[in-house]
Amino acid sequence: MGEEVKLFRTWSSPFALRIVWALRIKAIEYETVFEDISNKSPSLLQCNPVHGKVPVLLHNGRPIAESLVILEYIDEAWKQAPLLPVDPHERAMARFWAKFGDDKVLGSIWSVFIKQGKEQEEAMVPAMENLKFLEEELKGKKFFGGDTIGFVDLALGWLANLIGLLEEIVGLKVVDGEKLPLLSAWMQEFGDAPIIKDNWPARDRMILKFQALRDATIAAASK
Amino acid sequence: MAGSEVKVLGTWASPFALRVHIALGIKSVKYEWVEENLEAKSQLLLESNPINKQVPVLIHHHKPICESLAILQYIDEAWPSAPSILPSDPYHRAVARFWAAYIDHKWFTWLKGVASAEGAEAKKAALDQVREGLVVVEEAFGKCSKGKDFFSGDRIGYLDIVLGCFLGWLYVAEKRNDVKLLDEEKMPGLAAWAIKFCLDGAVKNVMPDKDELLDYANMVFQAMAMAKAKLNAPPNY
Repeated sequence: MGEEVKLFRTWSSPFALRIVWALRIKAIEYETVFEDISNKSPSLLQCNPVHGKVPVLLHNGRPIAESLVILEYIDEAWKQAPLLPVDPHERAMARFWAKFGDDKVLGSIWSVFIKQGKEQEEAMVPAMENLKFLEEELKGKKFFGGDTIGFVDLALGWLANLIGLLEEIVGLKVVDGEKLPLLSAWMQEFGDAPIIKDNWPARDRMILKFQALRDATIAAASK
Repeated sequence: MAGSEVKVLGTWASPFALRVHIALGIKSVKYEWVEENLEAKSQLLLESNPINKQVPVLIHHHKPICESLAILQYIDEAWPSAPSILPSDPYHRAVARFWAAYIDHKWFTWLKGVASAEGAEAKKAALDQVREGLVVVEEAFGKCSKGKDFFSGDRIGYLDIVLGCFLGWLYVAEKRNDVKLLDEEKMPGLAAWAIKFCLDGAVKNVMPDKDELLDYANMVFQAMAMAKAKLNAPPNY
């Protein structure tokens, strides 16, 4: 078809993974450019001069940045296997949940991860509150998108992998199968879905990376 | 009754609620405005937005929609006839969404940072950051508008609304800090755009009077300073 689709990503970025998943769901052929964050390529800086971050999607020479913006673009440029629902109210809800995930859930989970002792206990409160909202939203549904993986599943998908890793590193249960049964089940279903499962970054590499990040953050905070 | 089918929960000073006012105006949709008291939120607001408990909320056919950017896109999709709010082409829509994210997550955070900065040096740094952000947006304006009056071309659209709603608060920051932020010399495109935006039919009757906003801001910051002074004051034996 003569379409040129390139994805600039890093090996571990959860935001870039969203795009990998979307492209796989839509069966779009693309080329991957792996970036080294400490040594960004001139191409990346040219495509995303404002932030210099991944992911960036290049479609027929035109760059699109910001992962949720890229997801909406992919859904609009390629009509097969739609990610967002058709109904305007449901679309608005999907956009709301994706934003909730990025604005609130991510930050609150990260807070638990980079803290320790009493501060970590206190950080668990808003984190659990946010996860409970997600649990409520899953009532009667297999995925946030309903019967199939959709926009919100892709936006929250990082939970399915990162939560387990972070729990192992800090030795704390964050998503308890008894307290959050629906969320727990979703993490399993989503994480094991063929398109998703094949693309998780190497677990031991991730453990090393996030352990180092936690150690560095705690060290910096105690100075 | 068509009017009661569409309700907006907002406050007159909220730039995010202003976005909804403007968008419904563009589409000529009749709606009921519910002025919320954020110190005593209504049951309707708490039920409609249980997660964030914030304005604005759009209620259409008894269903709530929250988050101003989601509301703007909803309005465009629920009332699809012209004029449209977002561009029709997927790439231009992505560009508009990208800049909306920049304005909300980066630039507006810097604008808020001006109010919370303490000391002359921190204030100056915060103000410089706001100005630098506007220079970046000036470049985006050039690319998006392609010589026309607005980000969206001949008529106001998504990005115009997203940035334009902050003009009142930008004026407040300028007056309270005695500086020019939207500088005609450094940002000629945006300076001209701001004037035209405020005169637009869908904007001029709903945009709060900027001096009223300034009075309100002065009152709020004064109250905050007094509350802080009370906290820091030595106990009164």
